[in-house]
Amino acid sequence: MIISVLVTGSPVSQQCAQSALSFCTAALASGHTLYRVFFYEDGVHTGSALTVVPQDERNLNSAWSDFIQQHQLDAVICVASALKRGILNNSEATRYQKPAANLAAGFEISGLGQWVDACLNSDRVVSFGA
Amino acid sequence: MKTLTFLARQAPFGSSSAKSCLDMVLASAVFEQQVNYVFLDDGVWQLVRGHAPDGIAAKNTLAALQALELYGVDNVYALDESMSERQLTQAHLQIPVRLCTRADLGAMINASDVVTAL
Repeated sequence: MIISVLVTGSPVSQQCAQSALSFCTAALASGHTLYRVFFYEDGVHTGSALTVVPQDERNLNSAWSDFIQQHQLDAVICVASALKRGILNNSEATRYQKPAANLAAGFEISGLGQWVDACLNSDRVVSFGA
Repeated sequence: MKTLTFLARQAPFGSSSAKSCLDMVLASAVFEQQVNYVFLDDGVWQLVRGHAPDGIAAKNTLAALQALELYGVDNVYALDESMSERQLTQAHLQIPVRLCTRADLGAMINASDVVTAL
């Protein structure tokens, strides 16, 4: 089955980004295809490369970044949500004259059209965080 | 063409959910999909006319509800029990909507390809 995933909640204060990662891991292990993971609203914080967690806690952002790269997934951070929350890649940082970029490896910044496209091309769309 | 159903459930200005839901609806309409936009629970407050969020330094993003017709989004619903619980009638709303029952909503969700609640 072709599956896309929507993550709308914060990886820091809500469980949904971890639930989504567990779901995606299980989906791939079961032989399903992940068409796209789309991060929206506070879910875009998952794409920050600058999170620091206590030593005895898991860095969920790093776990997502590693997972995306390992499986070469299409992982899209919504541009409108991201810019407001200070999640920037190099080109956006340059465009808006900000002092740094912080988008983690594996993520891409794009628009809501990517989410609609995912809906059109997937057998199932599963939301986490609403 | 797929049927995409959106459930707007949050009050309009306490969080960014209302605007995010509306943005998704408009993006889906641009892709010329069949869109159902349903307001329920505190989400029905999003429909009320005369919001003046200047006083809380917020933008009246819901003025864009007026654009739904332009985008071809004709299936706009409010859950009747959410309206009546809050003593709202169609006369309080800034756009015309169809009232639906919980059973109607269940059937609508059942007939949808994708359901997104925000």
